[in-house]
Amino acid sequence: MTIHLKHGRLIDPVSGKDETVDILIRDGRIEKLGGQITSEKSAQDLDLKGKIVAPGFIDMHVHLREPGFEHKETIETGCASAAAGGFTAVCCMPNTNPVIDDESVVRYVIERGRRVCDGIVDVYPIAAATRGRKGEELAPMAELVGAGAVGFSDDGSPISSAEIMRRAFEYSSMYKRPVIQHAEEETLTQGGVMHEGFVSTRLGMPGIPGVAEEIMVQRDVALLKFIRTARYHVAHISTKEALACVRAAKKEGLHVTCEVTPHHFTLTDEAVSEFDTNTKMNPPLRTKDDLLAMKEGLRDGTIVAIATDHAPHTIDEKEVEYAAAPFGIVGLETAIGLAYTELVDAKYLSLFQLIEKLSTNPRRILSLAPIRIQEGEKANLTFLDPSIEWTVDTASFRSKSKNSPFQGRRLKGKAVGIYNNSKFFATSSL
Amino acid sequence: MMKKTKIIDATGFQRAINRLAHEIVEKEKGAENLAVVGIRTRGDFLARRIAAKIEEIERRPIPVGTLDITLYRDDLRGRLDQPQLQSTQILFDITGKTLVLIDDVLFTGRTIRAALNALMDMGRPAEIQLLVLIDRGHRELPIKADFVGKNVPTSMKQTINVLMKELDDEDAVFLSDSDEMELKR
Amino acid sequence: MKLQNRHLLGLDGMSKEDISAILDTAVLFKEVLERPIKKVPPLQGKTIVNLFFESSTRTRISFELAERRLSADVVTFSTAGSSVSKGETLKDTARNIEAMKIDMVVIRHPAPGASHFLSRVVDANVINAGDGGHEHPTQGLLDMFTLRDKYGRLENLKVCIVGDITHSRVARSNIYGLTTMGAEVSVCGPATLIPRDIEKLGVKVFHRLEDVVQDVDVINVLRIQLERQESGLFPSLREYHRYFGVTKEKVSKASKPITIMHPGPINRDVELSADLADSEHSVILQQVTNGVAVRMAVLYLLGTSN
Repeated sequence: MTIHLKHGRLIDPVSGKDETVDILIRDGRIEKLGGQITSEKSAQDLDLKGKIVAPGFIDMHVHLREPGFEHKETIETGCASAAAGGFTAVCCMPNTNPVIDDESVVRYVIERGRRVCDGIVDVYPIAAATRGRKGEELAPMAELVGAGAVGFSDDGSPISSAEIMRRAFEYSSMYKRPVIQHAEEETLTQGGVMHEGFVSTRLGMPGIPGVAEEIMVQRDVALLKFIRTARYHVAHISTKEALACVRAAKKEGLHVTCEVTPHHFTLTDEAVSEFDTNTKMNPPLRTKDDLLAMKEGLRDGTIVAIATDHAPHTIDEKEVEYAAAPFGIVGLETAIGLAYTELVDAKYLSLFQLIEKLSTNPRRILSLAPIRIQEGEKANLTFLDPSIEWTVDTASFRSKSKNSPFQGRRLKGKAVGIYNNSKFFATSSL
Repeated sequence: MMKKTKIIDATGFQRAINRLAHEIVEKEKGAENLAVVGIRTRGDFLARRIAAKIEEIERRPIPVGTLDITLYRDDLRGRLDQPQLQSTQILFDITGKTLVLIDDVLFTGRTIRAALNALMDMGRPAEIQLLVLIDRGHRELPIKADFVGKNVPTSMKQTINVLMKELDDEDAVFLSDSDEMELKR
Repeated sequence: MKLQNRHLLGLDGMSKEDISAILDTAVLFKEVLERPIKKVPPLQGKTIVNLFFESSTRTRISFELAERRLSADVVTFSTAGSSVSKGETLKDTARNIEAMKIDMVVIRHPAPGASHFLSRVVDANVINAGDGGHEHPTQGLLDMFTLRDKYGRLENLKVCIVGDITHSRVARSNIYGLTTMGAEVSVCGPATLIPRDIEKLGVKVFHRLEDVVQDVDVINVLRIQLERQESGLFPSLREYHRYFGVTKEKVSKASKPITIMHPGPINRDVELSADLADSEHSVILQQVTNGVAVRMAVLYLLGTSN
């Protein structure tokens, strides 16, 4: 199949290009790229006037739930959700059943990813850092990387033991893959259901103090100073103080990166006031101060990636009293709209920077080959319409789950389609 | 458009009260075991005036109580405006008493039904007599007044308004044709 | 007179007018409770279910009495100690309530926001009888009723709530209600039991009872739970009693008599000394009596509005 992309605005952080181009894609490869390309009869024309062509987006923090929790999401529905949200790749977290701590599970997940949704979405498993995510002994990291794992994390739980964290740093450093920490000092967060502060005091709910995140990041940074060859990535960073710690560590030249979720730069703990369980996630929604720090961190480059922490749960699981609800919200299908609305439209980031944080940077963190948008290269693209205004409707989500606090929210900016692995998928009529 | 007729003036009002007080004393052969209970709001003021008159005639104190029938209304839950609950103040034991229950206007009889139930929940009076200033007909329940100030045949569209000095500018009773008039409180 | 909300979930955000309406109505029901026949018919034909997912003898009895005295049909459902997971129970119960056409639900549940959840999934009027550490609005109302009864006002009344503020729904409902009504509220307790940023609710924070008693009209003493010691929030009941226990000796240092309140049940000689609990300045039993009248007022106002 040949596709002729016309008049798209190419924004490519890898080459530094920002110009209006035509692109001819034949059998998955970019055959021609230039100011204007003569039409071919056999080609399918796509008019991208006013739209943006970007390297394919990757969500480096997703829970696909398969194997084990297929009632919440499957690799198929998760990939469909990713495609609908404008992502050509996802990294799935290992808190499945069985846990992704064995090469057979890594292979299973990758294989499933190739078979579903025409294989348009690349699935990169993040393997457990410790066996069974129990935090007691290292997972077979070499085998896991060999099978295709791109990073290590016990996400959902922190790697609590300093000794195990040290060994994870040391061992993973041989394979240039990051240890991704769910930063939470758990002795401080027992029973907590929301951020500890004025709102939790008002509502009488047990709190998760911000300091629990800061302490864990500080400890990890201290270990990283000790093992300078390791790569450390802080998942879903949420507090001003933890961010300051990352900023300082980067200044010291340590290999530290961090990601933020769209909900942590959009909502604060005030959203919990009506006890809507779709505002329950871990880390919890923090204060206005923290939210502004996240935006500042994105602007100054301390936060290099935006990832959703897409965490599907069924309606039955979420339609309970707040304390009994599981943590997490779906994120793939609202991420770009929220990021564009809250960051680009609100003048915190340029489009160029946004694309870096949704594509170029996360790929670099995970040692994935950069996407080159040039003749002869494989086409892996996300198409954005920055001017579309739309309303979030969870009923239309491709994800199996609908647990979003953004139902009914007006957003600006949306992915209109993706191209990857010789497949084209339009999320709305082009 | 609205036709409003004064059917009792201040003098007539006073006369009616005097006559009703005398009728009670005559029928009950004195006031020995007598107590009066007025239904809020204007029945309460009527009760006080009638009690005062009986005290004047019989030279003995007459216990007066105030009854709020809101909790006993049969239309409590059908109404859009929630009626204001007010206090019931009957500071004497009604058991064994001859009670004269007093209201300003007798219409469907539902208010009296509610008042009777309320009184029964407070004790066991020897008997209850009903006194009203105006009986305008249209009963929906088998209730009849023992003492009536004035019988006023009315149509359903008409409205009776009792004014009393304690609340209004004057003592008077008006009959109006307009259905826009405020309904009897 | 009609309350703004068709549920009573909490006093947070409730208007002064609504609080006054409930307290004024409760005065009338207190009169009913003094009659030989303490029963009136306004909720005849209404069905009320009391859902108690947490044991509570006195609140349950108080609600049941209030309901019966308003002539409602009453069903009480107590699942404390049930082995079924809480989430399932509440949702299933809500569906059953829908199916049984119940008019009002009174719910006590260990999870904050449980009554909010219920109010979203059923048509019935929902009354919160305590949801975890969040609110216990009828307790807040009966405490205010008792104080208004005694002092004739709530404005500028100085009330200190003493004890485990962090886990106390009674403290929160009192703080919301009293500050709305213009009282000056302070809290006193060990720093481990005072929640973060509570000053932003408009209350002063103290850690020494001695500092409180000089300038306060009322002390509302909270029950201290032994579990809090077990989870390391204070060292021992002995130490708690010594420093935060409200005793005759500590209160006697005040220049004027201090009214003593307690939501019950009292741990005698732990958070409150027995002699003080039984003294002339204690209004603890009045609180219990007033509780029925206040609950009747709430049930009446919600149950008869359309």
